[in-house]
Amino acid sequence: MQLDLVPVWTVILGVAVFMYVLLDGFDLGVGILFPFIRDEDSRSLMMSSVAPVWDGNETWLVMGGVALLAAFPTAFAIIIPAVYFPILLMLLGLIFRGVAFEFRLKVTDHRQRWSASFCIGSTVATFFQGVVLGMYVQGFAVTGQTYAGTSRDWIAPFPLATGVGLLFGYALLGATWLVMKTEGELQRWAQRQGMRALYGVLAFIAMVSLWTPFINRQIAERWFSFPNLAWLSIVPVVTAAIAYATWRALRRGGDFVPFIGAMGLFAMCYLGLGISLFPYVVPYVLTLWDAAAVPASQTFMLIGTLFLLPIVFMYTGWSYYVFRGKVRGDIAYH
Amino acid sequence: MELDPVFLSRVQFAFVIAFHILLPALTVGLASFIVLLEGLHLVKRDPMYLRLSVFWTRIFAVSFGMGVVSGIVMPFQFGTNWSRFSESGANIFGPLLAYEGMVAFFLESAFLGILLFGRKLVPPWAHFFAALMVALGTLFSSFWILAFNSWMQTPQGHVLTDGRFLPESWLAIIFNPSFPYRLMHTVTGFYLTTAFAVLGVTAWHLKRGQHVAESQRVLSMTVTFIAIFVPIQVVLGDLHGLNTLEHQPVKVAAMEGLWETQSRAPAVLFAIPDEAREQNHLEIAIPGFASVYLTHSRDGVVPGLKSAVAGDRPPVAPVFFGFRVMVGIGLLMLAVAIWGLWLRWRDRLFTTRAYLNACIAMLPAGFIAVLAGWTVTEVGRQPWIVYGLMRTRDAVTPSVTGGDVLVSLLLYLIVYAVVFGAGIFYMAKVARGGPPSEVELRDAKLAERPARPLSAVDS
Repeated sequence: MQLDLVPVWTVILGVAVFMYVLLDGFDLGVGILFPFIRDEDSRSLMMSSVAPVWDGNETWLVMGGVALLAAFPTAFAIIIPAVYFPILLMLLGLIFRGVAFEFRLKVTDHRQRWSASFCIGSTVATFFQGVVLGMYVQGFAVTGQTYAGTSRDWIAPFPLATGVGLLFGYALLGATWLVMKTEGELQRWAQRQGMRALYGVLAFIAMVSLWTPFINRQIAERWFSFPNLAWLSIVPVVTAAIAYATWRALRRGGDFVPFIGAMGLFAMCYLGLGISLFPYVVPYVLTLWDAAAVPASQTFMLIGTLFLLPIVFMYTGWSYYVFRGKVRGDIAYH
Repeated sequence: MELDPVFLSRVQFAFVIAFHILLPALTVGLASFIVLLEGLHLVKRDPMYLRLSVFWTRIFAVSFGMGVVSGIVMPFQFGTNWSRFSESGANIFGPLLAYEGMVAFFLESAFLGILLFGRKLVPPWAHFFAALMVALGTLFSSFWILAFNSWMQTPQGHVLTDGRFLPESWLAIIFNPSFPYRLMHTVTGFYLTTAFAVLGVTAWHLKRGQHVAESQRVLSMTVTFIAIFVPIQVVLGDLHGLNTLEHQPVKVAAMEGLWETQSRAPAVLFAIPDEAREQNHLEIAIPGFASVYLTHSRDGVVPGLKSAVAGDRPPVAPVFFGFRVMVGIGLLMLAVAIWGLWLRWRDRLFTTRAYLNACIAMLPAGFIAVLAGWTVTEVGRQPWIVYGLMRTRDAVTPSVTGGDVLVSLLLYLIVYAVVFGAGIFYMAKVARGGPPSEVELRDAKLAERPARPLSAVDS
């Protein structure tokens, strides 16, 4: 009998997407915070804190996209066309963000131009990732195995709201990352930004949590029926506890706790999303099993993945280890 | 007027991939070149190699950054515009892309940070190791993406069930008939593209009498390299062509501009192919010669375009002219290589201004050849997305409208023009600056140990 690999691939896909959200989340967050600091030297230091790792972080987006394509091709073929323009604008945003790292170092008199590119790129990419998330939760018009809606379906209250929500989320990750990586005046500034972002994040978590049960009856039933209500109520309780710990650490000036707390908040939101949507990969239409690639494809990939992903984690870890500690302005470039 | 989403999606894909492929064409070669320079520095302890490595790493960094951001666009194209292809083919090509991601992209991107920013933070051997991993990553990436591309050209190892390609033998899928030839030909093409870019920049400095010692060494190295690899590329190109003749004869017919299947087929040097009338205008040809180089026999039969019905033929003109551009540049490259060898033998390599000018003029040659070759093989594959099995027009996303694609195409055009225009400008700026001087190097590299200014070089 063929072993069912769908759960394994669900976990791998879930990990890849979550790694992307966390890792590129703080890179993009640093860019989102740029309008709130004018000093170009501080901005240089902020960019230096993510410059050695952003590329590796962004690679998780490719991994997430390709894992969806390879392990759940039918889902890929429905979801990506449905978010044609959000994906396009996200990619264009990522282009402006990504090239700014190198270009900004190559100029002396136009640094602000590439700071703007970095900031606008990060903001646009984040907003449209949030739109994609909102579209996903909202669900797609599907006929048979194809997307049957239009390219404008994302212009709706819920996706636009999640777009703004993700801006606060990444800003929180970025600010708490900077709390960890910087010191002195810049660190205190990052703490204040982190606090503002945290309030925004909490407001959006509350709003989205109350909104989603109205989008789909199944979600409402899953959370609010007995006995689910009893044990699923752990999720909001833990989320609240993490939020409080993050808030306290931002006030009292811990270096690491705010970032860990921000990641924890993302983990809880991700968990909540998973609870709402399981077992769908194209929400409310196709389950993970409906959209899965054939076992021969999933098996072939799994052999390599089980061997390669641990190695990826090892050398990615080494790279972070090399650039550990507070960011220095004098790191020799190249 | 009705906008055709299939045509516009093809234009969009052609545009984003043509732009993207120019960057790997440089980074694949530069990554290996940097490994060579770093390795030479480790072995020979000559700081000149370190200065050169720093210089080329700066150019590499700009092109790699652009390669990454334009590369991320690519897999999403399969979803946004070619979802039917994803739906039917992803069981085959999805795993190949996944392997590319896991084997190549993570390797490149994780070690890139250390290559660019880690020189002061890790020992020299670790920095060399990082450079090596980045270079290996670029080569692994070429391996998997060209396996995928080759499978679209010469598909095998699958079964077609209910319109979906399902895997039967992964070895057969990956090592499909055109893959070894395409891989060798493409990677050698990337190396030569880089070599001519390096040659052009170096000749420019030499001509102006700046960075003379470094430029002489690099010029000498590069002339040796192209003297070996241009002839190899000619042979590889020939082998790739013979492989195409075996598996995609109609593509070869378009490349050759031959309409009729014939023995003693002429080698058409120039013509204006007319698809409507199924004939060439203004043809200049060498009688019987195509049979000689395609079949290695005077009486060999070469298939013509008419061997396929009109609906199964590729657009002839782009394939025909693309092939001539590629081969023409190949011959120019061969001339530059031979001339360089001769000048070195006469000990005039560094002083012959005409040669330096020729090297400068040839700077973009590799890039043009890569685009021309890519046009030959991809337009030559039409009208199929999976050769002989799935048509391109059946692969496009059903929900996407012509208007949608027009908007996205225009946005790509504008953004790429602005961003990559700036990138080329900055690369040129760095290239004009030349390798850093020794003093700058000490400041940058050895600031931590000013008391022993040569420690990083010695250790």
